[in-house]
Amino acid sequence: MKSHKPQSSQMNSTEAADDLRAKFDSGITSTINFRNEISIEIKLEQSFEILSYCKDNLGFDYLVDITAVDNMGKDPRYEVVYEIYSYQHGCHLRLKTGISESEREAISVVDLWPTANWHEREAYDMLGVTFKGHPDMRRILMWEGYPYYPLRKDFPLAGKASKMPDVAFSEPVPLDGGPFVTSPCSAPTDKREPRSREFLP
Amino acid sequence: MYFININILCEKFHKVLAGKVLVFTLKSQIYPMPKNTAPVAYDSKIEGNVTFTKLDAAINWMRSNSLWPMPMGLACCGIELMATGASRFDISRFGMEVMRFSPRQSDVMIVAGTVTYKMALAVKRIYDQMAEPKWVIAMGACASSGGMYRSYAVLQGIDQLLPVDVYISGCPPRPEALLEGLMKLQKKIETEQSFVEQKKALLSEIS
Repeated sequence: MKSHKPQSSQMNSTEAADDLRAKFDSGITSTINFRNEISIEIKLEQSFEILSYCKDNLGFDYLVDITAVDNMGKDPRYEVVYEIYSYQHGCHLRLKTGISESEREAISVVDLWPTANWHEREAYDMLGVTFKGHPDMRRILMWEGYPYYPLRKDFPLAGKASKMPDVAFSEPVPLDGGPFVTSPCSAPTDKREPRSREFLP
Repeated sequence: MYFININILCEKFHKVLAGKVLVFTLKSQIYPMPKNTAPVAYDSKIEGNVTFTKLDAAINWMRSNSLWPMPMGLACCGIELMATGASRFDISRFGMEVMRFSPRQSDVMIVAGTVTYKMALAVKRIYDQMAEPKWVIAMGACASSGGMYRSYAVLQGIDQLLPVDVYISGCPPRPEALLEGLMKLQKKIETEQSFVEQKKALLSEIS
């Protein structure tokens, strides 16, 4: 199925967002314009349909990244973020969809952009959000059998102990007062170098 | 070649030498000896080819001057390790140029880089496959202590899994630092007393 060309080769992100809003009024909850970067919040149920329209009708032929965010304490807790780009008209668009703690399942877009395969595996590995329809939903960075999802907000920075016989083990690391951070200020270099939060000026 | 000859000599004249003194021919030939005599008699034919030494000293001399590294390049330290092997720094000046990617043929494992937990047991397995005697160098901050990676994914120093002989500081260390570390390892090997210890173990087993 080859898509038709975008309406105008001069299309910009705002026009693409307007087009999406006109077409999927019920599927879009909000549009945010921050310094000409457009983020569109879409509903999970229609996310595949909207992304498919972006690819086939608006010319967004390149999936830059899929990532996920843990907004612990908010509902929905997780957010899956799609960064898309078009080589035809050079515009970016960011689409976000909320994933609830109980469901914890987004819809895979591997059928649209094959590159989504590894991005979705990474989101699963780090945050435990699965993707419905993914052909190979395995961890990609941590080993098979690692019991935690390290980028969740309730996962400690030092890590946790785990053991998989003959595969891998992990131990919490000594932080010794860390993490060592810099604070933005106009002080000289020796005052600005990374240090424990305890000793921040 | 020399090593085999030493073993033959040693076995043949064990009673005479009692493990203390050894006639060691550099031309890898065993000179025929009369029965029950120490092989020290003056012979103009072998003059200049004979050295007196202790067996351990000879073994250590041979071991320390042909250290074959097992390059375990896991991160940026691996690049410095390659630089050390290349022409500018030239690791072969110390008899270490024979980098073996097979653990069976290597003597010293140079753990160069960040050891993640996912990689840790693989590194251990490769170390276990190396034949004795074997040594380990932890090259750089990450291999020595986890370095800047105080992280859920990184092993905090390869010494938690392997017996490390030499630690090299740096992030990554310069090739000169790696060469210094290898020379330190040579110095360490020269102090080993593997034959004496073997003999002690054997004697205590017999008695």
